[in-house]
Amino acid sequence: MTVILSYFNYWVVVLLMMIGFYGVIAHGNMDKKLMSLGLFQTSVFIMFISAGKVIGGATPILRDGVALHSNPLPHVLILTAIVVGVATTAVGLALAVRIQEAYGTIEDDLIGDPSHEPEEP
Amino acid sequence: MTLTQWMPFIVLMPLILSGVSALLPGKTAPWLLAFATATASTILAALVWLGLGPEPMRYAFGNWAPPMGIEYRVDHANALVALIVSGIASLALLWGKRSADQEIPERQGIFYALFLLALAGLLGITLTGDAFNVFVFLEISSLSTYALVAYGQDRRGLLAAFRYLIMGTIGATFILIGIGFLYMMTGTLNMADLAERIPAVADTNAVRAGFAFIIVGLGLKLALLPLHLWLPNAYAFAPNVITVFLAGTATKVALYVMLRFIYTIFGGDYSFGALPLADIMMVLAVAGMVVGSWVAMFEPNLKRMMAYSSVAQVGYLVLGVALVSIIGLTATFVHLFNHALMKAGLFMALGTVMYRTGSARIEAFYGVGRQMPWTMTAFALLGLSLIGVPATAGFVSKWYLIWGALDAGQVWLVVLILITSLMAVVYIWRVIEAAWFQAPRDQQSPVAEAPKALLIPLWLMVALNIYFGLDTRLSLGAAEQAAQVLLGGF
Amino acid sequence: MAWGIAMSDNKILRIVARFLIPLIMLFALYIQFHGEYSPGGGFQAGVVFAAAWILFVLIFGLDLGLEVIPERAMFVLMVLGVMLYCAVGLLNVAQGGLFLDFSTLLADPKAAQQAGIITVELGIGITVATVVMLIFTMFARRKREQDGTDEDAP
Repeated sequence: MTVILSYFNYWVVVLLMMIGFYGVIAHGNMDKKLMSLGLFQTSVFIMFISAGKVIGGATPILRDGVALHSNPLPHVLILTAIVVGVATTAVGLALAVRIQEAYGTIEDDLIGDPSHEPEEP
Repeated sequence: MTLTQWMPFIVLMPLILSGVSALLPGKTAPWLLAFATATASTILAALVWLGLGPEPMRYAFGNWAPPMGIEYRVDHANALVALIVSGIASLALLWGKRSADQEIPERQGIFYALFLLALAGLLGITLTGDAFNVFVFLEISSLSTYALVAYGQDRRGLLAAFRYLIMGTIGATFILIGIGFLYMMTGTLNMADLAERIPAVADTNAVRAGFAFIIVGLGLKLALLPLHLWLPNAYAFAPNVITVFLAGTATKVALYVMLRFIYTIFGGDYSFGALPLADIMMVLAVAGMVVGSWVAMFEPNLKRMMAYSSVAQVGYLVLGVALVSIIGLTATFVHLFNHALMKAGLFMALGTVMYRTGSARIEAFYGVGRQMPWTMTAFALLGLSLIGVPATAGFVSKWYLIWGALDAGQVWLVVLILITSLMAVVYIWRVIEAAWFQAPRDQQSPVAEAPKALLIPLWLMVALNIYFGLDTRLSLGAAEQAAQVLLGGF
Repeated sequence: MAWGIAMSDNKILRIVARFLIPLIMLFALYIQFHGEYSPGGGFQAGVVFAAAWILFVLIFGLDLGLEVIPERAMFVLMVLGVMLYCAVGLLNVAQGGLFLDFSTLLADPKAAQQAGIITVELGIGITVATVVMLIFTMFARRKREQDGTDEDAP
């Protein structure tokens, strides 16, 4: 029980990571793939943020009367990683839109299926 | 300004000027800017490489001293890789003007902006001395590469780009997890600092897990055999100029980062002694060599054929690492250099034919040998280099690889290297046979020789391949230096 | 774009949005320019600012939104933001320091750091805001472009 509780955040990370990773592999729909990918990345963000927490530490802003701060560096790193994640999602969705236009579907199984081909203009 | 102060501009020039390129109208102006930038980066990288002393060249951004700030740290290993990357980029651009104009009819400002961003990302990965910075630059280059792959006319390029995006992001996230573990255990992200602090905590599961995540993530970027699935289609359906650029650079940079992590950060003793990395790499490398060459022999699309050949060549590169010797590592660096030259050249040759015929399928190559003799002769010569015929660059790498295998007492590897080289003969010969010994198809209209703008850079690649096959002082000397630097640590 | 028309017909949405949008923008500017004392900075401010514009577009339609700031202007501003960042770095190099070494900017090193980070963050803020707006615009008008349908069509 203490193992579960004392590492609670890491259990959440592992759980989210596996849900996301499974989704990326198992889903045929490209939008769902991208959502799962986002979940997968988010779990890593939580891992970093957890690592930055100092027990009893305050928010890392310099002010009077506070000596112990949490480590701000993981937050900064993850800010960058979040931006990367947003960019990845944007590029992925843009590709999905263009695949929809070119193939008439974003289901992996239906791509190349003649019944879903877009009609010639 | 000293050379050290100029050094970060290898990365900064393409990074800054990509923004300018995005604003430029038309086709010629952005190309000119991209080409000038890549050439300037190449010259600067060459100067830095020549000017390096025994100590690494260091540059702390914002004057924040490492390990607090981000520093660039250049030694003989990454200066060589930076030179290869920027050099291939300028050669690809020199060749690619006509080809890109044909494949991308609209405004090209954004296309070249993405190209420069990808270049800046790859160069940034190479030069940086900060583990997290590697991840950031990796994503800069990867994101622009996904977009570039999707730029082609073929709609399958979109699917290839999407698959590449999914796998590339998984790989990058794995690297991020690994770096996260290392940061938790050591509290630092600076590579030199990591190297100092890891031995104290090396015997923990967190560090082992971090190591595994980083190696698998980089293996994805490197297209090491079971993780290579994104590569063939991404190469095959990207615009030709992008294929030339990627074939010469992207996997090489991933391999360099892997070497940096294995040797500099974790140390060879840990990676190969405490963990069975050499055995795993050996199996995957051999499997990559055989499977890549095997599939290439039967692939009807010649760009995909060459991409599978790249998977095999990644096998050779990793094999050199798996031999765990200075000769093996030298072989890896020589092959890194030579393979960039020959694969970029071969894709240029294919692209030159595609400029006229518009198809990469082998049927489109029937009879092309007589119609485009200069192009196909160049292809044949570059193919000889890929096979490893003496007096070409490919021979030097194979020679060193075989020497390394013999030195390690593994004769079966020599046999395998020879067998896969014979398989390379088969798939290169298929193209030669189609081009010279098959009559053109009836419906195929005869094509003219390619314009000089495409031929001259192509023959420049041929000349480089033969030059570095005859005069090995430069490439071998550089490779030996790089291998020694890596084995010696920071 | 049926949704644009339908939403601007709704009086509650329209009035609440008119009330909220300036506040969101003000909040973005606060995050932007108070970033060196408290949590904040260009990334967050840029996204919040773009959110205000996106809310405007959701209520009043994309065409009106693009009259506020044309797409080309967004694109140019996106590049200019990055350029502002790089220009500060290059200025430092020109003054004999290292790239992004703000202390060369002014005589007082603390003031110089402050001036440098504010300018750089402004560049980031502009770029992030315009990039988010551009991503939204491109997805929003893509459908219309492909179908060739007109804005006023039902």
